[in-house]
Amino acid sequence: MEGTKTRNILIAGVGGQGTLLTSRIIAWVLVDMSYDVKVSEVHGMAQRGGSVVSQVRYGSKVYSPVIKKGDADILLAFEKLEAARWLNYVKPAGKVIINDEQVDPLPVISGKMKYPQNLEKQIVGFINDATLVKATDIAVSCGEIRAANVVLVGILASVLNLPAEKVKEAIKEMVPPKALTVNIKAFEAGYNLV
Amino acid sequence: MKNLMIGNEAVARGAYEAGVRAATAYPGTPSTEIVSKLAEFSDVYSEWAPNEKVALEVGAGASIAGVRTLVAMKHVGVNVAADPLYTFSYTGVNGGLVLVSADDPGMFSSQNEQDNRGYGKFAKLMVLEPSDSQEAKDFTRLAFHLSEYFDGPIMLRITTRLAHSQTLVELGEIEQVEIKEYKKEAPKYVMLPGYAKERHIAVEQRIIKQREYAETSELNVIQWGDRKLGIVTSGVSYQYVKEVLPHVSVLKLGIVNPLPERLIKEFAAGVERLVVVEELEPFIEEQIKIWGITVEGKNIFSLVDEYTPELVEEKLLGNQQGNDFQFKNDLPGRPPLLCPGCPHRGVFYTLNRMKLTVMGDIGCYTLGALAPLEAIDACICMGASIGSALGFEKAKGDAYDRKTVAVIGDSTFVHSGITALIDVVYNKGTSTVLILDNDTTAMTGHQNHPGTGVTIDNKPTHKLDLEALVKAIGVEHVRIVDPLRLNELRKVLQEELARLEPSVIIAKRPCALIVKDHPKQKYFVDDDKCKSCKLCIKIGCTGISFNDETKKAYFNEHNCVTCGLCPEVCSFDAISLKEEH
Ligand SMILES: Cc1ncc(C[n+]2csc(CCOP(=O)(O)OP(=O)(O)O)c2C)c(N)n1
Repeated sequence: MEGTKTRNILIAGVGGQGTLLTSRIIAWVLVDMSYDVKVSEVHGMAQRGGSVVSQVRYGSKVYSPVIKKGDADILLAFEKLEAARWLNYVKPAGKVIINDEQVDPLPVISGKMKYPQNLEKQIVGFINDATLVKATDIAVSCGEIRAANVVLVGILASVLNLPAEKVKEAIKEMVPPKALTVNIKAFEAGYNLV
Repeated sequence: MKNLMIGNEAVARGAYEAGVRAATAYPGTPSTEIVSKLAEFSDVYSEWAPNEKVALEVGAGASIAGVRTLVAMKHVGVNVAADPLYTFSYTGVNGGLVLVSADDPGMFSSQNEQDNRGYGKFAKLMVLEPSDSQEAKDFTRLAFHLSEYFDGPIMLRITTRLAHSQTLVELGEIEQVEIKEYKKEAPKYVMLPGYAKERHIAVEQRIIKQREYAETSELNVIQWGDRKLGIVTSGVSYQYVKEVLPHVSVLKLGIVNPLPERLIKEFAAGVERLVVVEELEPFIEEQIKIWGITVEGKNIFSLVDEYTPELVEEKLLGNQQGNDFQFKNDLPGRPPLLCPGCPHRGVFYTLNRMKLTVMGDIGCYTLGALAPLEAIDACICMGASIGSALGFEKAKGDAYDRKTVAVIGDSTFVHSGITALIDVVYNKGTSTVLILDNDTTAMTGHQNHPGTGVTIDNKPTHKLDLEALVKAIGVEHVRIVDPLRLNELRKVLQEELARLEPSVIIAKRPCALIVKDHPKQKYFVDDDKCKSCKLCIKIGCTGISFNDETKKAYFNEHNCVTCGLCPEVCSFDAISLKEEH
């Protein structure tokens, strides 16, 4: 893909929510479309319920595997507080997609801090193009709450105009066969949402 | 077509292309995936060693025997393996040996931020540093050839960002490599002083030859651009420089030890301002200064934390990066935490309640140091808990020891806790040691170890019996407890702490993430019985929360795995199982 400007996608969430699978599926499709692609992942300790982020960059030639602060075109957040945490990485004219999910972090669970209210309203005040989606509810209606990440794959894929058939191929590569049907259903629900 | 691979997978692929036949490691983020990937190839002997020293020694043996061998570890693992490393540098190799050191600038999953390029200098090793997955594969492959050509182990230094970033890789052919003949050669392999003196001379000659090679190697390249600014860089930092300063002159070093003096001088002479961008120590910078060249580096760049493209831009172009949206309230941080159902939780809850002094160790259970559990007093490195407890006892006297315990995981105990326990017995300590046996190396992603009775490729093997081992060491009082039975755990702790002899308590229950069949039945809080005391919140579990409006605890059903800890903690019997439908 000659001469394509690099696009930057930040996928933020809580360790265990499946951000890794989301970035891997999207990246697989982008490679198939002949882009240069780099993906940065978080492994290790943070995966135990910590704040995690995957970064996907693609274009004709990509150098850095990480997105420069203030340079993300899209922020896909699996959780509201994580959307807020990574917001400074988004371009003012960028797009933010927030899953309407609240996962209390340790300082909230232990009563030291309160979970901030109305985060989504504040985010819209900073970034015009911010939408709240109910991926978790959609996943439940597909029959598997754990497929929320694949609902979000669907939403992101449609925003990026990725061909649905290719994304399904990637999902087939990456999820265990017995979970395939429900994941395809979850993907389609997300893809057709917007 | 090219493949997307994380750096670690690319290292494994490079080794496989080079015909590697032995691969050894002790797990450690960010290095773990390298040898777990190689274990998928049936023609490579792969193993989880009990620790990094053993991993390197097994590797040295395989190399001397004549096969190409890869040994991988995280940065602090090289400290454990340093003893064989310094002297294996003297003996040199037969089959090529590549040691991968995975450093962790930014400390995503580590206890320190050391820069292992320093080992290259101290142990007289050639050190290669790739900047993306393609180079990770290519450099690894080349490293086996260089190891045999120069007759010395080669260090491949990677960092977390490279290890865990996926970039495109073009695969190469698999080399067909003959296993080399082994000839007995005592002057080369037996490091008695008389022989070692000869080998030290060989090592010094080797590093001179390697320096000459570095002058002309295609791994070290000058990319001339705008000559007002010249950047010397290596590793992922190179990518950040190219990202934000695409037009400046760059000297990209793929060989970071030994450094090519003539090449660097040529580059320095061709630019107006010379800056080194490297993570994290001024390794290249100091060498350039020794040559009397004016160079900048750590006067502008930090010695701490991972570098980023915005940091490079800010330091070299002066631009401030990013937005600065201010939210109305401070955003709570989100540190990692023990999983719902984790068998470690009840232990730290109990240690906290008993107000004990806890010499901690490294593993998932180090999270027992964070609020609300806050039950760990010290944690230094793997295996340090037991020795520290003994030292604490000897320093403070016996009375204090009635309040001090060492806490160590099963994998960590096998890694480097055993010798310290021998010290406790030998030197008449009275320490109480808690071994948290969750039947896996959970922290790094559930690798097997000698205590699980299963090998890296999931084959059954002898299962190390911790109880028998501890008794054989001379600990007479060994107790096995279920860490979810809090009353029993507390009673056993009190009894063993009171005893004026060494004792070991093995808290045995598998990691909640390897248990496949958690109960389907869920708990509920009986609001009439709940007295809002929040004791159940003090266990720090995402399965249970407190509603500030109703002043009652409630369950987050899709987190809770019905482990049974919170009903044990509740003094008012307010938590019960729901009726099954
Ligand atoms: C020298 C060294 N090698 C490896 C690591 C990475 N590491 C940290 S803890 C740990 C083992 C954890 O296993 P275990 O003691 O069984 O505790 P668990 O995480 O299962 O609770 C490893 C491999 C390290 N920190 N230091």
